[in-house]
Amino acid sequence: MNEAVYAVVGIPFLSAILLALSPSYRLTALGNVLASGLTFAAGLSFLALPPVTETYVILDDLNKFFIILNTLVGFTTSLFSRSYIRHEIETGHLTPLFVRFYHAMFQGMMGAMNLALLANNIGLMWVGLEFATLMTVIMVGIYRTPAALEAAWKYFILGIVGISLAFFGTILVYLAGQGVLGEGEAAMTWSELLKIAPQLDAPLLNIAFIFLLVGYGTKVGLAPLHAWLPDAHAEGPTPISAVLSGLLLNVALFALLRFKMLIAANPHALEPGPILITMGLVSLIFAAFMLYQRQDIKRLFAYSSIEHMGLITFAFGLGGPLLNFAALLHMVMHSLTKSAIFFAVGHVTQAKGTQELSAIRGLSVSNPVLSVALAAGVIAISGLPPFGAFMSEFLILTSTFAREPLLALAVAFGLLVALGALLMRLQDILFGEPTTPNHPVSAASAPIFVHLSLILIAGLFLPPAVVVWFKRAAETLG
Amino acid sequence: MTNAYDIAHFLAGMMLVCSFTLLYQDRILAVLNTFAVQAIMLSLAVAWQGYVRNAPDLFITAAMAFGLKGIIIPVALNRMVEKLGIKRDVDQVVNVGVAMFLGLGLTSLALLLVLKVTPGAASFTREGLALALAIILLGFLQMILRRNAVTQIVGFMSIENGLILAATGARGMPLVVEVSVAFSVLIALFVFAVFLFRIRERFDSVDVESLDKVRAARAHR
Repeated sequence: MNEAVYAVVGIPFLSAILLALSPSYRLTALGNVLASGLTFAAGLSFLALPPVTETYVILDDLNKFFIILNTLVGFTTSLFSRSYIRHEIETGHLTPLFVRFYHAMFQGMMGAMNLALLANNIGLMWVGLEFATLMTVIMVGIYRTPAALEAAWKYFILGIVGISLAFFGTILVYLAGQGVLGEGEAAMTWSELLKIAPQLDAPLLNIAFIFLLVGYGTKVGLAPLHAWLPDAHAEGPTPISAVLSGLLLNVALFALLRFKMLIAANPHALEPGPILITMGLVSLIFAAFMLYQRQDIKRLFAYSSIEHMGLITFAFGLGGPLLNFAALLHMVMHSLTKSAIFFAVGHVTQAKGTQELSAIRGLSVSNPVLSVALAAGVIAISGLPPFGAFMSEFLILTSTFAREPLLALAVAFGLLVALGALLMRLQDILFGEPTTPNHPVSAASAPIFVHLSLILIAGLFLPPAVVVWFKRAAETLG
Repeated sequence: MTNAYDIAHFLAGMMLVCSFTLLYQDRILAVLNTFAVQAIMLSLAVAWQGYVRNAPDLFITAAMAFGLKGIIIPVALNRMVEKLGIKRDVDQVVNVGVAMFLGLGLTSLALLLVLKVTPGAASFTREGLALALAIILLGFLQMILRRNAVTQIVGFMSIENGLILAATGARGMPLVVEVSVAFSVLIALFVFAVFLFRIRERFDSVDVESLDKVRAARAHR
């Protein structure tokens, strides 16, 4: 009955090996799409699966929805990546040899992220997240320009600090579990730990949570641990920016949530809420102001990702069924919207041959389809109706207002500041005298519009079945 | 049992001494040698744990630490340094006294923190954990204070040494994790090697300072 569970991890890893062996980049690009499509199909079949709890694998309402989102965005990104990479090879930015490894690593990263999401063993979860990070580090440096190397180096150094701290935190959680469950596997199994969470040693758990928060928080990109994020987004290939923003940040936050559930179930341990609220709010407001000074289009949207991860962390920190619901919804909306934006941005930068915002003008004249896609994406991500992010942000704001009016004001302030920056930039990009040169690009618009229509549908009408499912997931978060 | 205790502490303590030595060594060759000694101490400590606890799986971890980090990696890095003709001495950001002082501060912090929160755990475990945390923090310090790519790699690997010491100190932690740590070191080495060669290609040096120039140039973005 669990074939689908193993397929979601197995298909990507297997195809990573196959893709590394095949010499033709056209073939590997196609294989990448095929493998991602199969993984997505396996992910979709989770809808019909009952919850599974095994020694190493767990499938509950919470990670079920993360996996479906992960495999969906993985699939659409592979479609976008195909046309993006074709253009990069034609213009000579990348050589076929690098592309071969690029596709293998893309699959490796997808498999590792799915592993981290499915793992019931906290050590295995760590391995998945670390492996995915290392894969993205290599891919960020793939252009081999000094700026790309600098970005990859910075990402790597900060990533290591995060990885090590998270691992030390994991050991401390094991020690806490060992005091109750005894030595061996059980004390590293998340579902077992959750059952006996009230008996865990509280001081040990507190320290463990701080290590995990700083460790995994680095990967979520929470300020002040965000320094790697804008560089990595700006210098890597755009499909990687899309999966970094849309998926890897989510998976890291998911790992943090697992541990938050553990510590929240222990009455003597510290309250994780206030720490998450503070970090979330600081990231939100800081990133919102940083949006104004950006001169690089991919950096602009990287800071917007920090802003949204801040908002989501804030909502989870405040907690409660309604805010958890809103935060989960916003995670989905942000993933879909941000990856759609990066798909559009990828083609825009290829058309204009630069990432400098000052050199990207008059897009509505020169590239009408892309400009519509980008405009819709930016409107959606700034939280304007009729898109889904409006609904989730509105829900976060109103339910915060009902509980903590002052905090709601701070959130609203951050969101408005960000809105102003994004709309100002959007106007510059869309209108005015078109800048030259304008290279022809064969844009893959299908992935962009699939994402945009999904968030549009979510914004207009969220099917009751989905609402029920999100509610159940939100309840497990406590 | 008291003997077992003493030897475990001795080996972990030796690793800590190596960490301090790494903070002030100013020649790349000496840094690599000190790291090799630390890795060998780690493998002995892990093997000792395996022996007293009668956990044969720990011997695998010990052998891996000895072969890979005690011999292969230092030799390989040493060759690379020679082949690439890298500058043999390392610039320090702060002087030796300040570095030692910071190191002492971090060590006391680690001891105070771990000993305070783990009164329930076996003393065998908690003191080992405290030393391991001290080694990890000193590794971070080394990565911050050194401006050279090779010494930053060594700093990273000494952090991994501390992590493995901590993992083996936690009784009965499943092998999954130990294997994964060793595995990650391998991957990390691969990544670092790729970077080293790429950096060499671009900048004619492995000094991270040259990356800082790029950083400064784009600071306004």
